[in-house]
Amino acid sequence: MVVRATVEPDLEDVVRRYEPMIGLEVHVELGTRTKMFCGCPTGFGAEPNTQVCPVCLGLPGSLPVANRAAIEATIRIGLALNCQVASWCRFARKNYFYPDMPKNYQISQYDEPLCTGGWLDVDVAGETGDTVRVGIERVHLEEDTGKTLHLGGATGRIHGATESLVDYNRAGIPLVEVVTRPVAGTGARAPATARAYVAALRDLVRSLGVSDVRMEQGSLRCDVNTSLAPVGAGEWGTRTETKNVNSLRSVERAVRSELIRQAAVLDRGERVVLETRHFHEEAGDSTPGRSKETATDYRYFPEPDLVPLAPDPAWVAQLRAGLPEPPREHRRRLQAAWGLSDVDMQAVLNAGAVGLVEATVAAGTTPEAARKWWLGELSRRANEAGVDLAEVGAGPADVAALQQMVDQGTLSDKLARTVLDGVLAGEGSPAEVVAARDLAVVSDSGTLIAAVEQAIAAHPEVAAKVRDGKVAAAGVLVGAVMKATGGQADARAVRELVLSRLGAA
Amino acid sequence: MAERAEPTELTRMTATGIAGLVAAGEVSAVEVARAHLDRIAATDQRVHAFLQVDTEGATAAAAAVDAARAAGAPLSPLAGVPVAVKDVFATRGLPTTCGSKILEGWRPPYDATTVARLRAAGLVVLGKTNMDEFAMGSSTEYSAYGPTRNPWDLARIPGGSGGGSSASLAAFQAPLAIGSDTGGSIRQPGAVTGTVGVKPTYGGTSRYGLVAFSSSLDTPGPCARTVADAAALHAVIAGHDPGDSTSIPQPVPDVVAAAARGATGDLAGVRLGLVRELAGEGAEPGVMAAFREAVDALTKLGAEVVEVSCPHFGYALPAYYLIAPSECSSNLARFDGVRYGLRTGDDGTRALEEVMSLTREAGFGPEVKRRIMLGTYALSSGYYDAYYGQAQKVRTLIARDFTAAFAQADALISPTTPFVAFRFGERTADPYQMYLADLYTIPANLAGTPAISVPCGLSGGMPVGLQVMAPAMADDRMYRVAAALESVLPAPAPPQL
Ligand SMILES: [Zn+2]
Repeated sequence: MVVRATVEPDLEDVVRRYEPMIGLEVHVELGTRTKMFCGCPTGFGAEPNTQVCPVCLGLPGSLPVANRAAIEATIRIGLALNCQVASWCRFARKNYFYPDMPKNYQISQYDEPLCTGGWLDVDVAGETGDTVRVGIERVHLEEDTGKTLHLGGATGRIHGATESLVDYNRAGIPLVEVVTRPVAGTGARAPATARAYVAALRDLVRSLGVSDVRMEQGSLRCDVNTSLAPVGAGEWGTRTETKNVNSLRSVERAVRSELIRQAAVLDRGERVVLETRHFHEEAGDSTPGRSKETATDYRYFPEPDLVPLAPDPAWVAQLRAGLPEPPREHRRRLQAAWGLSDVDMQAVLNAGAVGLVEATVAAGTTPEAARKWWLGELSRRANEAGVDLAEVGAGPADVAALQQMVDQGTLSDKLARTVLDGVLAGEGSPAEVVAARDLAVVSDSGTLIAAVEQAIAAHPEVAAKVRDGKVAAAGVLVGAVMKATGGQADARAVRELVLSRLGAA
Repeated sequence: MAERAEPTELTRMTATGIAGLVAAGEVSAVEVARAHLDRIAATDQRVHAFLQVDTEGATAAAAAVDAARAAGAPLSPLAGVPVAVKDVFATRGLPTTCGSKILEGWRPPYDATTVARLRAAGLVVLGKTNMDEFAMGSSTEYSAYGPTRNPWDLARIPGGSGGGSSASLAAFQAPLAIGSDTGGSIRQPGAVTGTVGVKPTYGGTSRYGLVAFSSSLDTPGPCARTVADAAALHAVIAGHDPGDSTSIPQPVPDVVAAAARGATGDLAGVRLGLVRELAGEGAEPGVMAAFREAVDALTKLGAEVVEVSCPHFGYALPAYYLIAPSECSSNLARFDGVRYGLRTGDDGTRALEEVMSLTREAGFGPEVKRRIMLGTYALSSGYYDAYYGQAQKVRTLIARDFTAAFAQADALISPTTPFVAFRFGERTADPYQMYLADLYTIPANLAGTPAISVPCGLSGGMPVGLQVMAPAMADDRMYRVAAALESVLPAPAPPQL
């Protein structure tokens, strides 16, 4: 461990003296049914080495055949990122020895990627609400490697391990690599920009339905390139590539910590080493990995086992026409339709509730009520249960049904929460819970009127105040009615009845 | 040396002849298999054509054919005929070594498409034949398991890399064999053993399960003692395979009919192009003499022979020796001791890279190492354009030469190889002398076009081959020409072992 002689500068300080540059390489595992070059299934979490065959094990004599569904997904991602789709391109072999790579070369793409030259507009979270257009260099298709498990060492890494096991289930799963152009000019917001980009790309890929993009399962993986140059230097500094960045939060922290580290190095008059670095989730910092000072020569050459790809322009046009509305535009449209401020919309986004609110509104609920349910009661319940909002146990249809009963006066707000308990406990739909638990509000007007008359008679001085226009005092009477009906009356209806009886409505 | 063994009548027969007897019930497939297995047992100590004889598997496969026949099931045209398979094809459960120590003991869990098609058609796989390590060589001297001897003269090489397959035919150990042709590995052994060897159109036969040497050149193909037998075997193994991306999704030309037509001895209206660049230079006088006699014979059959020029063929050999090693350096990277085959030095003290390195050091022979190094260098950043890139351009030019030549002729002819079988050790000291064996065969590999080698007489008592080349997916044309030549110049019989 190097003892740092100087105090670490903070980011605001760093960007006063240095210009940060970031670049991101995101790998997305496609959710195709079968692997990239063979017919093996791709499910996550199977027993090691059970989803393998001669092809994905790279056995002598076996040959790859490209998966059309994976090519289609890659083209759709490229189109959604405003890229050009190549009319003719080839796979290439990337040669290097590593035991989790069965052939000791990876079938990838080199100088002929499937998609090139696009962009993604990213809303960087923050008070300014600025949009950054991130240039997309390329989108290409390749095969994933297996996974190596190092046993016997303290860190789970190869250093110090006494034994290594390889699981080839992941070998050959289609992997799309999306590479940005260098992103400059983001200053102190470089970490937030990196995070916002990855989040936006994740949302975009998810909207296409081609991957479940779960960072914690590794179906979306991110390498972060970072460099600093003295302000006004006019040329880019030496970059590092940070790997093992496995969450959105880590993307932001990895960029921040690396910018600060590089600034400290430069401040000491030293130079930044061209290297890969390994990010540590717990500590929030990184340690050096492989040096890239002597560049690895991958000896790329066109993959002779595969015929070139030549996507039919009509097919590409059809894929373009079939693209869903981009998530960003979709969100903007919803925000306008729902009449939300930026802050309110951000709250919906942060809660991961956009789709849920949208579906609830589609089921007939007002945006206001839908948002209240999902961001209020249901977010609280999801939090308590430690699950995603989407997995809380009640869906948009349930919420819409609940709200409808409230609107119709069948349920009070309080009763509605009780019904929700039943729904979350798996007792059925809101209607079924209401029936089973006999929870409908007292709406028989005769019973209610009698209770209201009784309350007025019992509190003559309060009734007098209300008659005199002090409407706020009516709460006492409403409370008395609610008490008398065991809480099964609709408070709003009771209030209206009280006011009309006292001539104040 | 073992005692002399007279080949039985069955082992002297053609494949189609055997199939006829089996289909008619005049002989059982088991008897046929037994005759060939006995012949192997009696002769292979001297010839060493086989690396692996599958007595049990062959007997079982033959019995299955007999049972199918007894049950009245329809039989494929070559059902019950034994076949020898070059050890570069994956055979389920049967050791597959590619002539290399690095794969010693490896039993593939699957059959190559070619092998699966043989089995499905009722052919009886006798075993796996010897070859230069990973199909790199022209003599079988680079086999890690010792060379195969030419049945015509046991002091001479049987050609390579598929010397085992061709020698097994010349030694009457098998009526049919399978080879793979990357630069001539079927045709040159065919020529120097007096047998027929065919390199089909690239993509016409499936490479699935053929352990790759040079993916863009490797082509499985049939070997036989007669053109008709080769055509019959061709028909069994050829055809689109969805498991090979480079396999051509088109119907196979009717090579059996073409061979039958050629056998009538009529070549009227056929124009043959004599390739100026593949005749004369570097060739032994005896080879050229036999070739000229064959050309005269073809003319007498009615063919019109014209001279054509393929000016870029002179660059074929150097281009080949950049492309093939480049692809091989990548293809052979998987042999690292991690998953299968040889592992050396894994004593618990060594790091992974060291074990990989020791394994490859011990497992690969000198020619394979030479080509891996050549290819690694040619693909290196900064050299790629000058070597691999340039060689690919040559390839385009050679393909254009072929196109131009085929505009003037239906098929092209040349000697198959510049010299007859040489003596062991004659060309191992200088790799280039060995590489010259493929001088005339390489252009067809670079262009992906089909070619056949058919016997055309002797030079100094050793067989000479004539090569007929056809346009891609017109394999039938070369069969017709070869069969016509065979009808007037039948292959001489090798001396008895
Ligand atoms: Zn597989």
